[in-house]
Amino acid sequence: MLSRRLFLKSSALIGCSAAAHPLMSSISFASAPGENRLVVIILRGAMDGLDAFQPYGDPMLRQLRRKLSQGPDQGATDLDGFFALHPALSPLMPLWRSGELAFAPAVSTPYRDKRSHFDGQGVLEAGIPSEDDLLARKDGWLNRLLQQMPGARAQTAYAIGLDDMQILDGPAPARSWAPEAGFNLSGQAQRLLEHVYHDDPLFQAAGDQAMEIAGAGMQVEQEDPGPARDARMLARFAADRLNGETRIASFSISGWDSHANQSRIIGRSLQRLAEAIITLRDTLGPNWGRTTVLAMTEFGRTVRENGTGGTDHGTGGAMLMAGGAIRGGRAYGEWPGLAEGDLYAGRDLMPMRDIRAYAAWAMRDLYGIPRDALERDVFPGLEMGDNPGVWA
Amino acid sequence: MVLDPEIAMIRLGYGLSPDSPQAVDADLLLASVATARPDADAIRMADIDARRQVENDLAAAARKPGSDKPTQRKSARMRRETIWMAQHAFQVRVARAVADPVGFGERLVQFWSDHFTVAGGNRFQSLIAAAHVDEAIRPHLGGRFSDLMFAAETHPRMLTYLNQSGSVGPNSAIARRRKDDDLGLNENLAREMIELHSLGVGGDYTQRDVRQLARLLTGLSYRSGQDRAFRPAMAEPGADTVLGVTYGGNGQASLNDIRAVIEDLAMHPDTARHLARKLAVHFVSDDPPADLIDRLAQTYRQADGDLSAVYVALAEAPELAAGFRQKARQPFDFVVAALRALGMRGGDLRQLDRRDSNGRLLRPLQTMGQRWAMPRGPDGWPESAESWITPQGLAARIDWSMRHPAKLLGDLPDPRDFLRTALGSTASQSLQWAVPKAESPREGVAIVLASADFNRR
Repeated sequence: MLSRRLFLKSSALIGCSAAAHPLMSSISFASAPGENRLVVIILRGAMDGLDAFQPYGDPMLRQLRRKLSQGPDQGATDLDGFFALHPALSPLMPLWRSGELAFAPAVSTPYRDKRSHFDGQGVLEAGIPSEDDLLARKDGWLNRLLQQMPGARAQTAYAIGLDDMQILDGPAPARSWAPEAGFNLSGQAQRLLEHVYHDDPLFQAAGDQAMEIAGAGMQVEQEDPGPARDARMLARFAADRLNGETRIASFSISGWDSHANQSRIIGRSLQRLAEAIITLRDTLGPNWGRTTVLAMTEFGRTVRENGTGGTDHGTGGAMLMAGGAIRGGRAYGEWPGLAEGDLYAGRDLMPMRDIRAYAAWAMRDLYGIPRDALERDVFPGLEMGDNPGVWA
Repeated sequence: MVLDPEIAMIRLGYGLSPDSPQAVDADLLLASVATARPDADAIRMADIDARRQVENDLAAAARKPGSDKPTQRKSARMRRETIWMAQHAFQVRVARAVADPVGFGERLVQFWSDHFTVAGGNRFQSLIAAAHVDEAIRPHLGGRFSDLMFAAETHPRMLTYLNQSGSVGPNSAIARRRKDDDLGLNENLAREMIELHSLGVGGDYTQRDVRQLARLLTGLSYRSGQDRAFRPAMAEPGADTVLGVTYGGNGQASLNDIRAVIEDLAMHPDTARHLARKLAVHFVSDDPPADLIDRLAQTYRQADGDLSAVYVALAEAPELAAGFRQKARQPFDFVVAALRALGMRGGDLRQLDRRDSNGRLLRPLQTMGQRWAMPRGPDGWPESAESWITPQGLAARIDWSMRHPAKLLGDLPDPRDFLRTALGSTASQSLQWAVPKAESPREGVAIVLASADFNRR
């Protein structure tokens, strides 16, 4: 089956029924989608929010976890007297102090109970109310945002990396590339390949983009080695595009599924996340002041440590926010508590708010998308509730 | 029943080659399944454990104060050789896929290793992941699914990859003896056994079944240097009820309870549908006809879970021809199909030096989006054509097609002949038009390999 996204994109490129296409009227060089920038990082594998932002002020934490999440006593940095930042995130402390780092400690998508990574990520990227619609809905909420943005063009949004990013799939044109990709073709070979791809919409759309991007020489220059190299490459490529015409970028960082030896696993992944954010800040320069980074995961993990020094699949978890455009230096939203009666299903952190509400308010405040479009089209079934005030 | 040989080779195998058989029938396909059994190069746990012992002893000797340079060098060399062994196991995978005239058996190796995904990692994890394929997958390709499932779930790499090895019954003898260590359950393997390996996420089960299965699985464990026997001391006492059936509880916990639950999971009607759907998605279409899934599931149930019967039903399905080119070849399949079409032999690939196997095979696969033995999660590689034919993924295929065939072969074939070898009578008009117009053999061959015709199946 051909992708609807690519089919529509390529039919727009060929120009058939261009006038009737709802997106064509908005393709205009005159009205750019503003200066605000949004980066969504998908943390695949379920980040343990209780370890990233450790609620050491909650007396129950010590009873539930004996080795993990030990707060400032074990090297975490105190944030506000209640939460402490995991040591591997300490490179982000300057951002916390300057009000450019925040988090919501207890949020989740509407996905519940089966705790499958893959359905959980599907619900997160599709932005839908439950996994029941996953087979029918293969588009993502950033794509539906593009459909609401006046002046959005293909280069307005970039999915970056080798992972499939459903979050940007859908009928609105968007770009997709990995910093390590590229090739050399003679003019003749390129023309022949274009001819060969012409009748296959999937290959035509991918091939056109590949030739355009490879031809423009958009490779990332040498990236310093180290365990976070791949994350820095993604972030640098994103920042380079965001310094140009791109306003929305998304990539993923994997490696959060810490069923055993969590301290080693999450330490490595948090380091990659921290270096990605620092690379974004440094490369974006003055544009960092107009940038919002949302780092979201499919669900949280069990509040109790399991028998193997890790945690299992849970429900509520943390979302990280960063950027010069946010009011940071604080935790957003309520804290449910960790006592037996406070937990979800007796094992998980109780989510206090739909994670989509934060993303929706970001789109409302950064791009002026009307609330009814957000609750109906971008995030079907969402009630946005009160403005959390992250951007206001 | 005689099949269209081109359709069968391209859709069920790794594509055409200069040695393609002229006729293909179900017997030939099942012979290919038999050919995929472990061979003399198979990686085995016994050898790995022995090797690890020698490596540890050498490392300990090298660390001793006053150890001499030759000992230290020997220890370092042994570690490097272990890494190289895992890489060689990859080359053998490529070589066997290139060499099998039909290729169906090796496609099934790929399919079932992906169904029971484990990942590599450090040098021993990578070797043990290769042993998982040789010891658990290859011997059971054509038999009953429950035997395949039992072998795959209880293999050391599955037990470590999905954290079963550290899962201890909270009331087991060991947990009671070591109260301060907080030993307990880990439900990772139990969840994936139901969600991914048998019923499927849409199946009729709850979190309670996962938890009960996790209790039942305690006692399954692997630690290097220890034997692989079931460890009753780790097992949670008492009976456990999974999907309404109660296991164990009378006397000491044993591997028989686990064999029994796997038999029941394997024969569950949701499993028949889940497997039928996965096979149809992998071999026929990203969105396969419901009728085909029904027939495959019914065959599975009627044949009591015998996989060979399902393969024959798949090979004889009219949907196989009707859905031609609805699938995109995954990067591994693309590279293997290219090497076959280029006329490379299994022996060439087994003998490839380390630099070439890295630079021409492993690294390109990663850029195409398929880092060898490192899928993103236990659900394995994505199936949809859109997941692979992205701008960056296609760029990597174009790049490979332009750069590597000439280096691997030395002498490239005439592109017009190569078009016939690679695609037979299935090449599209536009490709037939384009290939003769290439400015050099290198570009002509590259256009065939990078074409939609060749990258679909």
